[in-house]
Amino acid sequence: MIAVLFSLYWSFLKVGLFTIGGGYAMIPLMEAEVINVHGWLSASEFLDIIAVAEMTPGPISINAATFIGYTVGGVAGSLIASLGVITPSLVLLLLLSRVLISVIQNPGAQNFIKGLRSALIALILLASFTLGQTAIIDIPTALIFAFILVASLLRQLNPLYFIAAGALLGLILFQY
Amino acid sequence: MPTSAAEETKTESLLSILLTFLKVGAFTFGGGYAILPVIQQEVVGRKKWVSQKEFADILIITQGMPGQLALNSAIQIGIRLRGIPGGVVGALGVSTPSVVILLAIAAYFYPLIRHNDYVQAIFYGLRPAVVALIASAAYKMGRDILHGWSGIILCAGLLVVAVISQVHPILVLLIGGLVGIFAYRGWDWK
Repeated sequence: MIAVLFSLYWSFLKVGLFTIGGGYAMIPLMEAEVINVHGWLSASEFLDIIAVAEMTPGPISINAATFIGYTVGGVAGSLIASLGVITPSLVLLLLLSRVLISVIQNPGAQNFIKGLRSALIALILLASFTLGQTAIIDIPTALIFAFILVASLLRQLNPLYFIAAGALLGLILFQY
Repeated sequence: MPTSAAEETKTESLLSILLTFLKVGAFTFGGGYAILPVIQQEVVGRKKWVSQKEFADILIITQGMPGQLALNSAIQIGIRLRGIPGGVVGALGVSTPSVVILLAIAAYFYPLIRHNDYVQAIFYGLRPAVVALIASAAYKMGRDILHGWSGIILCAGLLVVAVISQVHPILVLLIGGLVGIFAYRGWDWK
């Protein structure tokens, strides 16, 4: 059990440390750690948890870390995983908050961040393909995907609306 | 005295920092990009804890460093108000509602409802919706970041590397960053 908790903490610490710029930046890392490296969840369980994390208030990564942590290691697991994801922010800001702005605005660091975020785009795109294989399984799910994709590209809305639309379309189109 | 107002030191109580961020964490839906404007409204507009200019600096750090957006800005605001204890309290405030709410869902509600037909139907629709939002995020990030061919080639090259080699994403990110130092050198970011 201690070994599992340690793995959880270390995995989510890596997620926190390499998520730069927020949004869906954490998806490829969480997917790699939780599905590929440790096999804690299946791809569809992972997607379900991300969906729940989107529907609930608060930062999505902390929501997802809590849920995944609970699934893997109970209450202790949930606390450890969420602690892991917030540790890098806390340590960096508490120790380095005075110098961070000049580090970030250094041209070399700016270019490093740009390069890293260019890589992130490739990884997020790849994650949408691999996760898509478990989510888009028939014509109705393909239609839901296409509809939400087009809608979210055309309209800048809170993601909660798109999530709600997905849930509603699921209720209508599911083969009971 | 008129001068004292300008030199007024910020001495917010830790409790008030905690309560402010608890409220933000508990009632803001939609993740980091939705939470940032709410934090701004709360700490710049209503509480006047930081100025618009200070908040802009906070955002630069928030988006350029590792970690979650809402968390990074809450910690920085806490630090500005009350030093290290303020930062810890800011982090605690913005993440505690997440932990409590998700723990309740994971431990009690989800096992109770997961086999229900309607819940199955909802997740059947949610999965492709989430994948669509992820794909859309990749497109929007690309539109914002990949100016010119150097960025597009770097991104496409790394996509090929990631697909073929199946290496850990952290390695792909680091390669991207290191290539970026050279590929984006001399680029005018303004």
